[in-house]
Amino acid sequence: MPAPQTMFEKIWRQHAITVEEDETLLYVARCLIHEGSRHTFDRLDEEGRGVAEPDKVFAFSDHYVPTANRELGLDAIADPKIRNMIELLASNCKKHGIRHFNIDDDDQGILHVAGPEQAITLPGVLLVGADSHTATHGAFGNLSFGAGASEVYHIMVTQTLWQRKPRTMRIAIDGDLPFGVGAKDVILAIIAKIGHGGASGHVIEYAGSTVEGMTMEQRMTVCNMSIEAGGRAGMMAPDDKTYDYLEGRPYAPKGDEWDAAIDYWRTLPSDEDAAFDTEVSLDADAITPMVTWGTNPEQALPITEQIPSPENAGTEADKSEISAALDYMGLKPGMAITDIPVDHVFIGSCTNGRMEDLRAAAEVAKLGKAKVPTWIVPGSTTIKREAEAEGLDRIFTEAGFEWRGAGCSLCTAINGDLLQPGQRCASTSNRNFKGRQGLGSRTHLVSPAMAAAAAITGKLTDVRTLTEEQ
Amino acid sequence: MKPFTKLNGVAVPFDQANIDTNQLCPTRFNKVPIGDPEYPRILFHDHRFNTDGSEKPDFILNRPPYREAEIIVADRNWGGGSSRESAVYALAAFGIKAVIASSFGDIHRNNCLKNGLLPVVLDNEICVKLRQQVHAEQGARIGIDLEAQTVTGPDGTTYSFEIAPVPRRCLLNGLDDVGRTEEHQSDIDTFRDTYREKVPFLADVRAD
Repeated sequence: MPAPQTMFEKIWRQHAITVEEDETLLYVARCLIHEGSRHTFDRLDEEGRGVAEPDKVFAFSDHYVPTANRELGLDAIADPKIRNMIELLASNCKKHGIRHFNIDDDDQGILHVAGPEQAITLPGVLLVGADSHTATHGAFGNLSFGAGASEVYHIMVTQTLWQRKPRTMRIAIDGDLPFGVGAKDVILAIIAKIGHGGASGHVIEYAGSTVEGMTMEQRMTVCNMSIEAGGRAGMMAPDDKTYDYLEGRPYAPKGDEWDAAIDYWRTLPSDEDAAFDTEVSLDADAITPMVTWGTNPEQALPITEQIPSPENAGTEADKSEISAALDYMGLKPGMAITDIPVDHVFIGSCTNGRMEDLRAAAEVAKLGKAKVPTWIVPGSTTIKREAEAEGLDRIFTEAGFEWRGAGCSLCTAINGDLLQPGQRCASTSNRNFKGRQGLGSRTHLVSPAMAAAAAITGKLTDVRTLTEEQ
Repeated sequence: MKPFTKLNGVAVPFDQANIDTNQLCPTRFNKVPIGDPEYPRILFHDHRFNTDGSEKPDFILNRPPYREAEIIVADRNWGGGSSRESAVYALAAFGIKAVIASSFGDIHRNNCLKNGLLPVVLDNEICVKLRQQVHAEQGARIGIDLEAQTVTGPDGTTYSFEIAPVPRRCLLNGLDDVGRTEEHQSDIDTFRDTYREKVPFLADVRAD
């Protein structure tokens, strides 16, 4: 009997070409890029090199696309430097024969939303993205991680990448998610528990009955924020839900190949006795709706709590970290989180810009009218169409929410969508770093239902107090 | 890539944990091409400069001895967050050649290594001690010897650090990854054929 293996180990071995001391040369089955990959293309030009396997590279216009006046195409962009980023990606993709989901493409979207929609993301692949949230794709049972411009350059030129083997961490989540608690709350609770660097050097496998019970979209939300826990990647065992999601999508295998793929994918889940370097467990029943109060994702608490006091911190370093965060966020120790007013609400991003996220927000939007500017930004143009077919756009606009075009928008705030200094936003995105949504902006990360609740009350709100358990 | 062998330079302390790549390089600067003269001002831009472009005199990198800093002594989880390599271009353009911390964001650490910038991992207690010394004596210098894998603090105490063999060799010799990969080209070609035989449904990429 061969030794029991983790899913990570199986996928790693399947893509290992050769070993040099501590590093393994890995074959990269899929590479995803976006407008920010300009440094990689600049270097290709500089070195006079081409792309080794352009059919395995996919490009997405997402970070810099406008989310208003999209019918104008590039003319909707006032800043020539922003416009140039999209034009650069288009010309580079054309030059190197790379499939580009550009601003006017029917299937345009955020790389971590549109990639799975197109079934470019498949179980068992080794996928590298030019973006740290590439861990999202691991929800399909593969090894997906982000890389910088130099590593992506190496992939472009060779379709391979040298990597040191990471350690493995299993996070087991068991039990039923309580009423009002979503996938976003699960991952925020995990990060609050293990810390912003808690999974550093590790690939995380999420397991347990809660994960098995999740939809593919919920699984993507959890895997998405693996990087906020410091993880190199996040993954979940593929199952029938995975195959049902993928079957028939554009890049999914077809016919006999599909059957052969399923047979192979069923061998991927970690063997029963496989050992992980680190084990963490979490009780789903104990999770409540979460909110971040500080300037990194580990600074999160249940909505029912109060803002912490630096005085209660264990060490001097923690004390100064909390003080600095509260100072930046304009918050006082001891205040109830539900007393914090917001100036803006953002619902979207690769974390929470999918159909189920929009449906959850729409359920709450039906209960009132927006008290502050509230943006709904679908994760892809495909989702925008589907949501409109379902009538979600009308629910939002009737509640005074703004229904916008698909892209990264206020999550990364470089397409012109931006908060003003001091503005406070309830946001379904993934990072609450200083200045992330604009210079001096203040971000509270929440689930889509919680963001919609903040929209109709004008302050951070426990969504469970607005809705009743069915 | 320029080789990294030994360094004796002014060290600047950053006491806070979790300094993310958004702070090192605010996202709006990700557009800037490598080598652009704007880069030296990008590092910690929104902490260093007011909106009118004037300097914030209190920020540590704006104080005289630290303007010449070549080494950062940080806390835990330096460079977490985004994969933006522009954070490393900004560090390098300012003149930073090494960062000492008790842990690093994984992607940022890789990005440093690919650009000849040395990430050194030391226990957090040692990082705290080194920061206390460089706080106490502004402009204090720290020595780093990559060959010997040692850091020498301002008080002369020497600490050993671990670094994996391949990145160490690449840094010492200024080796570029593509060069060493090309030595394995026949292995790659063989692998690609085998991969296509074993998992054609993953290897063949086409839309219907």
